[in-house]
Amino acid sequence: MTHKQPHPDPDMTTFEPKIVAYVCNWCTYLGADLAGTNRLEYPPNVRIIRLPCTGRIDFNLIVKAFETGADAVLVSGCHPGDCHYTSGNYHARRRWTLFRELLDTLGIEMDRIHFTWISAAEGRKWQQVITEITEKTRQMGPYLAYKRICRVS
Amino acid sequence: MTKQLHKVCRELLESGKVQVIIGYGQKDRGQPPHPVFITSPEEVEGLVWNDQCVANLTTYLTRKEIRALGKPAIIVKGCDARAIVVLQRESQIDRSAMVVIGMACNGVGEPRLAKCAACDAHVPAHVDITIGEAVSEPVDPERRYNDLNVFMTQSTDERMDYWQDELERCVRCYACRQVCPLCYCERCVADKNRPVRFSTAPTLKGNYAWHITRAFHLAGRCIGCDECTRACPAGINLRLLNLSVARAAENAFGYRAGLDPEAEPVIGSFSTQDKESFIK
Repeated sequence: MTHKQPHPDPDMTTFEPKIVAYVCNWCTYLGADLAGTNRLEYPPNVRIIRLPCTGRIDFNLIVKAFETGADAVLVSGCHPGDCHYTSGNYHARRRWTLFRELLDTLGIEMDRIHFTWISAAEGRKWQQVITEITEKTRQMGPYLAYKRICRVS
Repeated sequence: MTKQLHKVCRELLESGKVQVIIGYGQKDRGQPPHPVFITSPEEVEGLVWNDQCVANLTTYLTRKEIRALGKPAIIVKGCDARAIVVLQRESQIDRSAMVVIGMACNGVGEPRLAKCAACDAHVPAHVDITIGEAVSEPVDPERRYNDLNVFMTQSTDERMDYWQDELERCVRCYACRQVCPLCYCERCVADKNRPVRFSTAPTLKGNYAWHITRAFHLAGRCIGCDECTRACPAGINLRLLNLSVARAAENAFGYRAGLDPEAEPVIGSFSTQDKESFIK
């Protein structure tokens, strides 16, 4: 919980992006697990938080990730039609459609919030997604705007 | 109109159809009308109706102390009537146990409120009694989101700066929540402390979390009465946040809150055909 301290490396010479991934227990978590058992290498910048279902992911969790210093957030779950609870991901999809608009209006950088569907068989997709997000976030640099919100006040 | 309103209300109270009229009263002409709760036929002369009747009275329908007064009749404008539709859809009120008196309205406030510029509910829908006639002009649906569209022409950074200035002023009085007819939770997430969902301190961090939460808990529910914006002592333009979610619901799902009592709420239902261009 370093959000109260100034950023240790404002010059970004050694900037390592912090990425929070909220994943569903049944698909994406197993996909990430498969990536591990297949010895697929991906950047260690991602913090995986396992939840029962994408439908369970409260939008406050995304805000909280940024509050606690995340530079990017990933939300990932089962492909449409594959939800363990039959419709959790459909509900989530609808919710995020609206939520993204709200964050966009607030001036939150939408390039830092990612949504994917990754199944239990898509270890390689997990590897690609995490690599892409990490590289993209590394180029964008730390999310200073939100860190400022959480520190200055 | 006021005379007719008095007549209707007197009849309602005398016949015993309702026990309380939730309406507007005014101390003297210069002062803005305030909510009044009339329980006896002799008092109905205290009811007023004019273009200064800005408040959305439907917020009182779910209040315990008002419910204790008995079966209500409530005076609404076209915009307020939509809140009743949502409350009914969410099983918060027994629609058959109240009388809704709709006032035809050509806009309220001095100067006219922003919402009135794109109003398409001059004559209230889903009411029991309509009083008066309004001049109804066709409204270009895009005008509803004019303020937001203009705001969104700014860059992400400019918007970020704007909201930091705005939300910095928030003192977390929760007037926006109290005045909202659809913020009826007995225990608000902001008041829950086990676990704490977000900071309740009036700091920028907590204010962001609160205003994101407030706007999103009203996603697909906000009927755009703009009472939150009016009640805010810090003058924060909460209207823009409400508009952004409402516009998304209309564009993506063709849904507007409070129009159809039978419609499935946009959050809480889904279609397998929903667009998902943002999901990889």
